[in-house]
Amino acid sequence: MEPTKEHLLWMYEQMIIIRNFEETMANVYLEGKLPPDIQDGLAFDIGSGLVPGEMHLAAGQEPVAVGSCVHLTDNDTVTGTHRPHHFAIAKGISLKPLAAEMFGKVTGLGRGKGGHMHLFSLDKKFGCSGIVGAGMPQACGAALAAKMQGKDWVTVTFFGEGAANQGAFHESLNLAAIWKLPVIFICEDNKYAISVTRQESTAIANNADRAIGYGIPGVRVENNDAVEVYDVVGEAVARARRGEGPSLIEVSTDRYFGHFQGDAEAYRPENEVKKLRENDPIERLQKQLKDGGMTESEETRIQERSKAAVQEAYTFARESAYPDASEATRHVFV
Amino acid sequence: MADRELTMAAAISEGIAQEMQNDEKVFVMGEDVGKYGGIFGATGGLLDKFGAERVIDTPISETAFIGAATGAAAEGMRPIVELMFVDFFGVCMDQIYNHMAKNTYMSGGIVNLPVVLTTAIGGGYNDAAQHSQCLYSIFAHIPGLKIVVPSNAYDAKGLMIQAIQDDNPVMYFFHKGIMGLPWMAYLTGSTNHVPEESYTIPFGQAKIVREGTDVTLVTLSQMVHKSTAAAEKLAQDGISVEIIDLRTIVPLDKDTVLNSVRKTGRLCIADEDYLSFGLSGEIAALVAENLDTVKLNGPVKRLAVPDVPIPYSRPLEQTIIPQAEHIESIVREMMN
Repeated sequence: MEPTKEHLLWMYEQMIIIRNFEETMANVYLEGKLPPDIQDGLAFDIGSGLVPGEMHLAAGQEPVAVGSCVHLTDNDTVTGTHRPHHFAIAKGISLKPLAAEMFGKVTGLGRGKGGHMHLFSLDKKFGCSGIVGAGMPQACGAALAAKMQGKDWVTVTFFGEGAANQGAFHESLNLAAIWKLPVIFICEDNKYAISVTRQESTAIANNADRAIGYGIPGVRVENNDAVEVYDVVGEAVARARRGEGPSLIEVSTDRYFGHFQGDAEAYRPENEVKKLRENDPIERLQKQLKDGGMTESEETRIQERSKAAVQEAYTFARESAYPDASEATRHVFV
Repeated sequence: MADRELTMAAAISEGIAQEMQNDEKVFVMGEDVGKYGGIFGATGGLLDKFGAERVIDTPISETAFIGAATGAAAEGMRPIVELMFVDFFGVCMDQIYNHMAKNTYMSGGIVNLPVVLTTAIGGGYNDAAQHSQCLYSIFAHIPGLKIVVPSNAYDAKGLMIQAIQDDNPVMYFFHKGIMGLPWMAYLTGSTNHVPEESYTIPFGQAKIVREGTDVTLVTLSQMVHKSTAAAEKLAQDGISVEIIDLRTIVPLDKDTVLNSVRKTGRLCIADEDYLSFGLSGEIAALVAENLDTVKLNGPVKRLAVPDVPIPYSRPLEQTIIPQAEHIESIVREMMN
């Protein structure tokens, strides 16, 4: 499936926004977390600063998000992972409440109560979880709901290669297969389950081959490339919309940052990230677009628009208020 | 060296290392326990000392590897298995509560399961609703699991060695905020003197960490240090608090709690787990069941997370997790 120019430009701009959002967060996250502003004896304090707690960034993993979500509408559902920003942005969630949630502000998606691993949007039909593999069963449920209501809506569930060793993965694939659910299972293979490498943790080289065990199509995308993801996911989404059931796709991708910000990454070979960045998917798509006739002014406009949107979102998040203390006990039940 | 101080993380890994040295049946497995040394440092240095055959990094397959610990223990091995965050128990609970906890009983005692299941607990650093819970009460509710919740490095080592030597399943809960991590704010008191030699601390023996006469404050884990800070402030106003660190909740040292309340006549429980149907209610019930020998001068008070998931936003999180100031003010109310 070949992308239109419009789709190529959309993917390009979304990838720039995601990268910009994540790199901005990498800097903002450190504010207030380093000596001398923290307790004596610490090198870093995870619970201090504007954005406390764990932070899992997705820079480098943009292609899987944009190459998939480009095929979706607001009627389609997405479940993400503990590293969810790229999915949320590609699914169309506004940057302002997204950023505000990470700052714990009342203007955030979940009124500041969820945090960056727990992002929910009804309008965009998006949810994610800090528990590995947890999105897949719920994706089956969303797809079941669409099917029961006679809609051609699909659900895309993203998960990491580490999650492919969870029971939830295997149970969900089987369930989706026997019920012919319109779910596309998309595995982001960023090669690491925190410090444990794919080779150490996984019995086979290609998780897409696991589709054979459930009698559904399985395809691996070998390059961290938005256009290749576009092609493969496009086929799977079309198949699901036709009522032909689930697919399993694995995409090879690259995690530029640590598992979380502050991860010393001693398990990673030296210069690995430097080498990965030399094969950057945004630069590749940029070159492709320029070769296809994207002008300097189009490029400048995209860059500036993206930068401004991200900056506005962070300013909004900084300036928003914290929830009132009474918020703590609200929403346990509806 | 009398002044040898260790962090709780280092004390735990030292205890494990000494038992691995003593008994080749002891081994460690879990996510990131090897190269990473445990996300919270509880297995730091063990891979270098004992190699990848005895310090095993696992896939993210908790049902499989925690169930495997039970299976290996039934064959006479002594596994130490880590569940990275207690919040993750949902993906593997069946292996824990229906098997690890019950196989000994269902087999009429012929199956021994010397497993130690270590896991990280606690909030305070804004890791939100799925990475900040304590949940030890859920496991304490299940017959067949011993529950260890240390508050400091000295106890942590002795309780770990005791846990490894125990022939029953032991769940060992370490609070992230007292491990002495270089990347998380801490409360002083958990890093303390740890003898180099091996030693054990028996289960079911609470420790009176501060003697007092007005109020008995029953607590555990990180909350011990918050309680100490509160007690110091209260002492300045002449309020004398006795702090009991339970150290293990299964078995529970009922006598130490009851004797203290007999002396003070007032009971407050400070807990970081959820309020309802948990540890604080259990301690209150213990005293209620013994009112024939315990005379209370006022109602029992409980401080715990008020039955809401842990919110992410910093001001909300700090409000719902009991802090030293909350302990101080509730004790003052009890004295009025």
